[in-house]
Parts: sequence; C-alpha cells; structure tokens
Amino acid sequence: MIRVELPRFGRFAAWRDAARSLASARIPAGDVAWGDPDAPADLFGADPMPAPGDAPVTASRDFLDLARQVAHHSDPERFALLYSALMRLQVERGFLSNPADPLQDRLNRMAKYVRRDIHKMHAFVRFHELPSDGPRRSFGAWFEPEHPILEAGVPFFAKRFADMDWLIATPEGIARFTGGQVAFDAPAARPDLPDDASHGLWQTYFANIFNPARIKTNAMRSEMPMKYWKNLPETRLIPEMLNDAPRRVQAMADAGASIAPARAARVTARIRQLPDEGMPQSLGQAGEQAARCTRCELCHAATQTVWGQGDPQAELMIVGEAPGDHEDLQGKPFVGPAGQLLRDTMGQAGIDPDRAWLTNAVKHFRFQPRGKRRLHQNPDGGHIEHCRWWLDLERRFVQPRLTLALGATAARALTGSKAALTPRRGGVEPGLDGGPVLISWHPSLILRLPPDRAPAARAELLADLQTARQMLAA
Amino acid sequence: MLPFAAVEGNASGTYLGRMVTKTLQDKLAILSDAAKYDASCASSGTTKRDSRAGGIGSAGGSGICHAYTPDGRCISLLKILMTNFCIYDCAYCINRVSSNVERARFSPEEVVTLTLEFYRRNMIEGLFLSSGIIRSPDQTMGDIVRIAKMLRVDHGFKGYIHLKTIPDASPELVAEAGLYADRLSVNIELPQDDSIRRLAPEKRPETIRATMADLRLSRDAAKEKSFTGKRPPRFAPAGQSTQMIVGADQASDRDILRTSANLYTGYRLKRVYYSAFSPIPDASKVLPLIKPPLMREHRLYQADWLMRFYGFEAEEIGAAHPSGNLDLAIDPKLAWALANRAHFPVDVTRATREMLLRVPGFGTKTVQRILAARRNGAVRYGDLLRMGAIMSKAQPFVTLTDWHPGALTDSDGLRARFAPAPEQLSLF
Repeated sequence: MIRVELPRFGRFAAWRDAARSLASARIPAGDVAWGDPDAPADLFGADPMPAPGDAPVTASRDFLDLARQVAHHSDPERFALLYSALMRLQVERGFLSNPADPLQDRLNRMAKYVRRDIHKMHAFVRFHELPSDGPRRSFGAWFEPEHPILEAGVPFFAKRFADMDWLIATPEGIARFTGGQVAFDAPAARPDLPDDASHGLWQTYFANIFNPARIKTNAMRSEMPMKYWKNLPETRLIPEMLNDAPRRVQAMADAGASIAPARAARVTARIRQLPDEGMPQSLGQAGEQAARCTRCELCHAATQTVWGQGDPQAELMIVGEAPGDHEDLQGKPFVGPAGQLLRDTMGQAGIDPDRAWLTNAVKHFRFQPRGKRRLHQNPDGGHIEHCRWWLDLERRFVQPRLTLALGATAARALTGSKAALTPRRGGVEPGLDGGPVLISWHPSLILRLPPDRAPAARAELLADLQTARQMLAA
Repeated sequence: MLPFAAVEGNASGTYLGRMVTKTLQDKLAILSDAAKYDASCASSGTTKRDSRAGGIGSAGGSGICHAYTPDGRCISLLKILMTNFCIYDCAYCINRVSSNVERARFSPEEVVTLTLEFYRRNMIEGLFLSSGIIRSPDQTMGDIVRIAKMLRVDHGFKGYIHLKTIPDASPELVAEAGLYADRLSVNIELPQDDSIRRLAPEKRPETIRATMADLRLSRDAAKEKSFTGKRPPRFAPAGQSTQMIVGADQASDRDILRTSANLYTGYRLKRVYYSAFSPIPDASKVLPLIKPPLMREHRLYQADWLMRFYGFEAEEIGAAHPSGNLDLAIDPKLAWALANRAHFPVDVTRATREMLLRVPGFGTKTVQRILAARRNGAVRYGDLLRMGAIMSKAQPFVTLTDWHPGALTDSDGLRARFAPAPEQLSLF
C-alpha cells in the first residue's frame, strides 16, 4: 500500500502532482491511501512513493474543474474517488458525461455541496472591526462551514475587501489578509471578537425591513439553513419577530384608518394641479390636454401621446397614420425609419421639415406584444374618430394653407373618405374643414414594398412633395 | 426588546411633539420600515469589477443574499429611504402625506456611512436607495444622485447600487443617475392607469412610462459605439425594473400580465416585481386592510417566468381560466396544458423545443438536456427523471419509447390529480 500525505493547504495541487505521478506508473486506485492532517494515514508499513512511469496521463479541463471542487468536500474518501476517476479517464474518456454513471454522479453531487457551501460562506461571514494601529482598518470573523472550503472561499473576499486587513477563522484553519496578501495558518481556538456597534445597527435594519403581515418561514429556512444561524448577529431576533408578528398585524387591523394630519390637506392643495379641461386657447394648451388624453383605450398600453412637431405657423401640415415604436418611446413624430425616409424625401423636394407641422391622424401607438417585440397595428375607425378632436384642434391653431395626407388613415381622418388610395394618390381633395388635402403614400408603405416597386413609390412621394411646394409658392 | 421603529400605533403622536433629535439608529429603524414594501432586492447581472486596483467592493455575476427575514424575502441590499417625508398622497403607501407615520430624514453622509460599514462587515451587496418626494421631484432626485456619486467617486465603492428614479425628474439628473447606478427603477405602482389616477393622484401613468422609455433609450444609446469606435459611458448596466402592487385594485391577472408584457416589450425591463398588497399601519380608508394575497403573487411570478423564458404570451396564460385570473391551486403552466389538451401528449423524441417548453414538469434546463440527449439516442422515462424532469406532472402530457399516457391525457379527473384536496369544512 502506497500512502500519500497531503498538506492542510494547497491540498489540491499536491494531490494533482501525486496523482499524475502515480497514474503515469499505472498504480491501481486500490493500492493508494490518501492522508491529510485531520485524517493522517497510518504511517507504519507504508510503501514508498514509486518513481513516475512513462505512461501518458491526460485529464480534461472539465475533470480538473470538478476535482478542484471535490477536493474541498469533507468526505475522507474524496481523494481516493478522484484518483479512481482519473484512472478510469485514461481508458474510458467519456464516462464523466454519462448521466447514468454512479461515480460521475457521486462526484458531481459532492461538487455541488461544495459550491453551495462556498456560496453560503460568501453570504454569511460577518466581520467584526478589530483595533488597528496602521492606516488600514482591520476586521475579523469566525465561520463554521460544513466542508473544508476556506482556501476556495477566500479569493472572493480578497477581491472585495482589498483595502482592509481581515482574518477569517474556521475550524479548518485561519486565512489572514494583510497588506494585500493572503496567508493560511493552522486552526486555533475560536477567537474572541470584540463587540461591534454596526452589528447593533444591522439588527435594527433586519427587524425593521421585515413585514409581519407576510410570514413565509420555509423560504427563509431553505436559503438560510439553521446550521449557520449561530454566528449571525441578526438571526437571534427571529423567534421574537415571529412571536410578535400576529400582534402587530392585529394592531394594524384594530387601528384601522386614521385621521390625516392637518398639514396633509395644505400640501395636497398646493401640489395637486387640477387639469384645465376647458376649451384650449392655444396650440400649446391643446398639446398639454392631449398628453392626458383617455378618449380611447390606446393610452393604456402606449407610452405617451405623440403630439405634432414643427412650425406652429406652418403653411404645410403633414399628417401620417400614427406613431410607431420609435415615436412612442421618444414622444416625437416621424423619428423612426419611415420618418427618416420622409425627411430625406422632403429635403430632396426642397422642403425644410422644421418649417412644416408634422403630426399623425392618431396620436397613440397601437401594438401587440409578441415575444420581445411590439408589433405595429393599424388604428381602426374608432381610434381615428376619437383622435380627430386633436387633429381638428391642431388644424385650427396652425391653419395650414395645404395639408399633405400620408396613407389611407390620414386621408380618411382628413377627408372622411375611406375610398381606396391608389386612384386618389397625387390628387387634391377638400378636407372636412374645407382646406385642400393633397394625398400621397405613407413612407412606411414604401419601406415595406418589394425592391422592384419601392423606387417608383418613392418617386411618387417626391413628386407629391414637389407639387406641395409649388402649390404653396403660387 | 426588538429594535423596532415606533411606527405602529402612534397615531396620536403629533408632528411638533416629535422634534427631538433622532439617533442614527432611530432613523435607520424608521427609514428601513418605510422601505420594506419594495420587493426588489436583486444584485445580479451587472458589470464585473472588484477592488484590487483600489476602492472597496466587487460586483458582477450572480448576487448574494446575505440574510433572509421570516417574511421569506432575501436581504441582498441595504434597502432604505433617504427620507419618508413625502408630498404625494398615494393611498397604498405608508409614507403618503396624509399618514401619521413617524418621519425621519438621513443626511447623505449617513446613508454613505451605513452602506460602507454594513458592506465592510459583509452584510450587504450594496445599496437600494429610494425616497419620498420632498419639495420637488428634481430636489429629491438630485439628493439621490449625490449619494450615489459620493459612494462611487469619493469612496471608490465598487458594490451594487440600485436607485429609484423619480418620474418627473429632469432628464439630466436621470442621465447622471445612470452613470453611478447599476440598476434604475421606476415603479408603475398599479396594473391599470385608472387605478393609478385614482389611488396615486399626484402620479401620472404616462409620465411613469415616458420615464421608462427614456431609460431604455439611454441604455440603447450607451451600447452603441460611436463611429470612432469609442464606447459611451455605461448606463445602468444591470438594466431597469419596476414594481406593481397586486390586490389593491380590481385588475384581473390577465390585465396584470398584459401590462407586464407591454412593459417588457416596450422598455426592455429586466424584471417586473409583483407585490401582494399588504396592510400598512395607519391605513388609508380608501383601501381595505386585507391579508396579502401571497399565493396570487406567487402564481403571477410563475406566469411572468412563462412569458420571459418559455415563450408564452400573456393572452394565452390569461385565457386558461374564463375569469381571467390564474388558478391558485395549480401552477399556470399546468393550467394552460389542462385547458389545451389537444396539443398533448407530446412525443419527447420528436417535439420541437418550443413544444417541449410547454410540457408541465419540464424546466428550461431539462429541455436543454433532452435536446442534447436526443442526439445520442432514445430518451427513456428513467433518463427524464435523472435530467430533472418532474415526471409526476409530465406523465399525462408526454409519450416516450417506454411510456404512453393512454386515456390519462383526456381524462376528466386530471386536474384533481394535481390540485390539493379541497379543505374539509369542520363540522363543529
């Protein structure tokens, strides 16, 4: 029997070196005993470590990751199991990925417990401030993990608490972080940690963030198992918090509604602005009222009312269908891809978008959520009718000489006619309020057309914009 | 004696009688009590960073829950209000102007100190700072941003910061908040606009949504490289979330899920938190003191998961029951399967990923494993068990080489197999 002694710290690296050497000599797993300082192997009658053999030894990265975790399990057989696994890997490469293999299953379970224990160490170590005479503050903690995980748990603290000195004492040993360097020491008796005023404040926080009206102790116990409670400052409050909860809930019910303090009414009177719902006297007022519009149901899902934008004294008003995704988020009309196309085409026609009034027939985005996106939906007749109130107000205040209707929805809102758009495109019709309405394509239609038809439609939009310019110049 | 805030049962306490100076502990008690109705405590998914090159703290990867209270909620962040003075009068809120709750206000230095001292003792992952509205939204947001800036710039704090964004605050302040915070959140408060207007008269649903839209646009912009290849500064790398109170108005679960779907798709939220309406001390007479509907809250979270990770739409989950509410006795995925049995049983060896995700008892990980295992041969009943499938739930809905549900899928008593037995009324 060959006996390998592993040190208290740096144990995994020592195991890996020994295992690689033994495996290269193809020493069977049954011939090796692994000892560590807590469970020393019987030194009498041990065979000496054989010289390395010349057989190749391979281990996958997955296996090494697994072994590094298993090495921190408390099971005294862990290193023997790992060596058996290493030996099997030499002949049976894929056994670790076979869900039905019992050794694979056992090792993965052990690794899972170790990961969980490390996670709980990161969660439940509580530092106490220690006196310090240097410039760095000093802290200490006592923690009792289930497995010998100290070495594996410490790097997290070294990265997080780099600007202070600290020690974490455990039954397995002590980790000291001094001046930026970690060192490990053999275990010592549990240190006496001084009282720390911040622990009292922490208890205050713990007791007050708790809502006595919702008791769910199972969730608490499964995530914060009671074996960790003894070293946590806050858990000793739990029994009393639970005991007291029914009384507090009853007291709330008994107290019922209260009478508001006198200042409340004064504050509310000062800040609660009753919206002015009288007939708007200006374009700005109309826009403010429209921002609160609930005339149809679209306002509940859309982000905001998208009011018109541009020159309030514009001679040309351009009316689209309704805001799309981009317009809805930004609260401005014609800022998405279709808007870009329109602005480009306006530029080609020699019309400055800032000198026109750009708006939509319907002022809220209509959509259907699908997966991660919002799919655009056309507004229906009801939405157009409800929203005509705002369009009429815009027209009354802007008083454009000419209105360009983009697409069927705008044409319908402005002229009242639902007739097909194709024969009407490029023509001027009388609007419901008497003003001339020039009818064209909506730029989003051009974007949706197949590549062989889009340029012609875009040329028609450009021609209509040029017509608009000529009409206004006349 | 527990270190509770003297919040409950002091309705007679007048304002002037309480002008004595409060200690830090008094303030902490009052301002953590005032913060407990915010459900979020997440600290995951932000940029990876640590203090080896200076400063204090680390973040990135999955967050850590440092403690749990007996209400089953985790404590990951120091969740406090800067102040619980508030000029708004939201009926569901303990801090509304018309409440007699005891008031306090932290100085920015006090918030910074508490955060750092708790952090150094490994009690928290960082700070979740919210506030009542004092004087004006801008004044309040300005103070919140100042605290975050002190932590980040003056103290090199690398931990997690979640800031509540005050709707109506100026865009410049919100933009600055995004530079220091990992997460920003705006609470939608209630699932329906009418309820917001009625119960929170100073808030406006369209303003809340517009603020969320701004946050999304700022995040989108921060992800785009400029044409010189330079990256703009990060903006709230852990995204935005919101919270909705459940059970304070008449909205059905279907209404709630619709609202969630609109929020997720519109503003790319990381999370919508559902908070069962819970009785508060010093209640408003507009809202009844009810037992918080915890099971309903739980079912909503399950339904929310189905929308985010299982490809379900709000409408189909909501349609499983004619009332538009979720079945409290069984989980929403099972309820959907029972209402849509024509799709079942599913042949596990052939079904698409989308359909496997709809099988009750199969989680996203199980489905991943099934797809991997299918490439290597037939998947049997025992394999599914090992892969983590809950076969007691899946049985009626799947066929395998060694399993067929027979008439079970369409049997009348199928729901009864899963629903807990109705509670027997006592005869006495």
